[in-house]
Amino acid sequence: MSATPVLALRGISKRFGAVQALTDVDLEVRPGEVVALVGDNGAGKSTLVKAIAGVGPADEGEFLWEGKPAKVERPHDAQELGVATVYQDLALCDNLDVVGNLFLGREINRVGVLDEVEMERRSRELLQTLSIRIPSVRIPVASLSGGQRQTVAIARSMLGDPKLVILDEPTAALGVEQTAQVLDLVERLRERGLAVILISHNMADVKAVADRVAVLRLGRNNGVFDVAGTSQEEIISAITGATDNAVTRRTARKAEGKQ
Amino acid sequence: MSTELSRSPEDGGSTPAAETATAAPAAGAVTAVDPRLLVREQGFKGYLTEFVRRMRSGELGSVPVVVGLIVIWAIFQSLDSAFLSAQNLSNLSVYIVGTGLISVGIVFVLLLGEIDLSVGSVSGLAGAVFAVLAVNNGMAEWLALLLALATGAAAGAVHGFFFARIGVPAFVVTLAGLLAWNGLMLQVLDSTGTINLDDEGLVATLTSHYFSDVAAAYGLAAVAVLVFGGAQLLDARRRQAAGVPFRPLAEIALRTGVLAVFAFAAAYTLNQYRGLPLALLVFLAVLVLFDLLLRRTGYGRKVFALGGSTEAARRAGINVAAIRISVFTLAGTMAAFGGLMIASRISAANQGAGSGNLLMEAIAAAVIGGTSLFGGRGNVWSALLGMLVIGSIANGLALLGSPAHLQYMITGGVLLAAVVIDSVSRRTQKSAGRT
Repeated sequence: MSATPVLALRGISKRFGAVQALTDVDLEVRPGEVVALVGDNGAGKSTLVKAIAGVGPADEGEFLWEGKPAKVERPHDAQELGVATVYQDLALCDNLDVVGNLFLGREINRVGVLDEVEMERRSRELLQTLSIRIPSVRIPVASLSGGQRQTVAIARSMLGDPKLVILDEPTAALGVEQTAQVLDLVERLRERGLAVILISHNMADVKAVADRVAVLRLGRNNGVFDVAGTSQEEIISAITGATDNAVTRRTARKAEGKQ
Repeated sequence: MSTELSRSPEDGGSTPAAETATAAPAAGAVTAVDPRLLVREQGFKGYLTEFVRRMRSGELGSVPVVVGLIVIWAIFQSLDSAFLSAQNLSNLSVYIVGTGLISVGIVFVLLLGEIDLSVGSVSGLAGAVFAVLAVNNGMAEWLALLLALATGAAAGAVHGFFFARIGVPAFVVTLAGLLAWNGLMLQVLDSTGTINLDDEGLVATLTSHYFSDVAAAYGLAAVAVLVFGGAQLLDARRRQAAGVPFRPLAEIALRTGVLAVFAFAAAYTLNQYRGLPLALLVFLAVLVLFDLLLRRTGYGRKVFALGGSTEAARRAGINVAAIRISVFTLAGTMAAFGGLMIASRISAANQGAGSGNLLMEAIAAAVIGGTSLFGGRGNVWSALLGMLVIGSIANGLALLGSPAHLQYMITGGVLLAAVVIDSVSRRTQKSAGRT
């Protein structure tokens, strides 16, 4: 936890017309750390992720990458820095096989034609190091289960050798077993020293894998909690604002003041 | 072989249970092979079960069109014994080239999940441009040919631009093209009407030249078989060296053998008449080239990706607009090429070129051949297979002296059948795909 944050956002603000989507938001992620980003619908999670991924840059605020200011204005800029984003609605092509999807947009060529053998070998290697089990890397993604598709999508983000992986609702619509597989994979990313931002509505998942929880409420920071020392109820009340009174506001101020 | 066939049904019932029973304990010890993967058994029976499974799950591929072609040929041969004569088949092979080339471009557009309705008009325009430049203005034929192809490419690029950059539906853009390019063709031909091509010229030769030496057709067949078999062997060896699954030798031998039978039968038939037609050679070369482009290059992979999910392709960093424009440009170019081939066959460019059912035939050929209208599934060989079906029907009915209206109705029925098969197999794949 002592290392420089891979990503540090300071005072990020974003407006959409008359709506102030984000106000003065801070966020830090260190290598080998899983930070869960939680909040109710409309709290600004997606907006914040889009700002990091370069899809919708912030209006104001500092973007520090490994301690140095960086400019992220297009998705390409974020990818250059080493940010990989796995979107909720799975960016996979159903008609292509697993290898085709993993290497889509970064195909390996050999004398001008696709090097299928090398891509297949590397795909197997990658899936093996991440302990992902897929029946075959040569079957169309359409015939995989939801959890397998999600793991393929996450594995795909690993090919660019990222430093920060953003997972947007990776376990939504997954079964018990599949959710466990994805959570295992998240832990493996952490073991490999990657920083992970995990967006989730599922408190059980958050408690299971996250090191810290950053809560957004109505576009503002509403506390950052260490998962180990925080009860689920505390996080939920921070999300919903159910205990939004002078006392909690005071503790929230203290929590914010500490970081 | 027959014992294998007769035994398979009863075996089919017992194997799954036996497999799961043995697979369960094995999975704990060795994690190399996923127990969920249905590994194909060795030998002929493995082929059969694999084949049946593919059919059931809707991966029909080229099977319906091959079966349809056999049925059509059998029917016409029984009605008129001249149908399967060397002369008729040789003529058929030249007849299908013009529309077949147009259909190759259509395959690419269909893979994107789009449609191009302008290819008929563009083909007519290309023929007219060529004739006016080469015959009326005395330009060198090769230069006129290149300019005609460039005209097609430009027309396609215009469609692509309006579709990809402005966001107008391809259906509407190319419908406008259908009218506009036909009008332009009439204007180009304005003063002359019909222009006859030089019979000895480059373009006329395209469909009139035959390599009468028997060595040509046999040589081509031999080269095809050797290259195919050699490539498969090399690929298998590389895969083995890299430690990824590879095709067993027996399977390679079987595939190469099947190709050899077809290639040499075709070569033999062609040699019975006038030898290997130049037009067919050009068509086959185009098919091989575009097949490689589609299946073996990054460009082809991107075309398939766009047909599968545009959004996924965009997020993978693929320049969606550039690919779309290039595909429509390619369709326009191939339409122009096909138009020149058709002009070559009738030795003239006239005001009726590119109209009638040419457009429908080109699209129908791609769909009948097994390329999906829904995008993302198909291959360029469907242009050949589909045109063989359509050409056979036209040719067979002409032999029987049937009127044109019967041909339209039958071709329409075949197209409907092909689209029904496409839709049903897509539905079956969806239900069988996600387990």
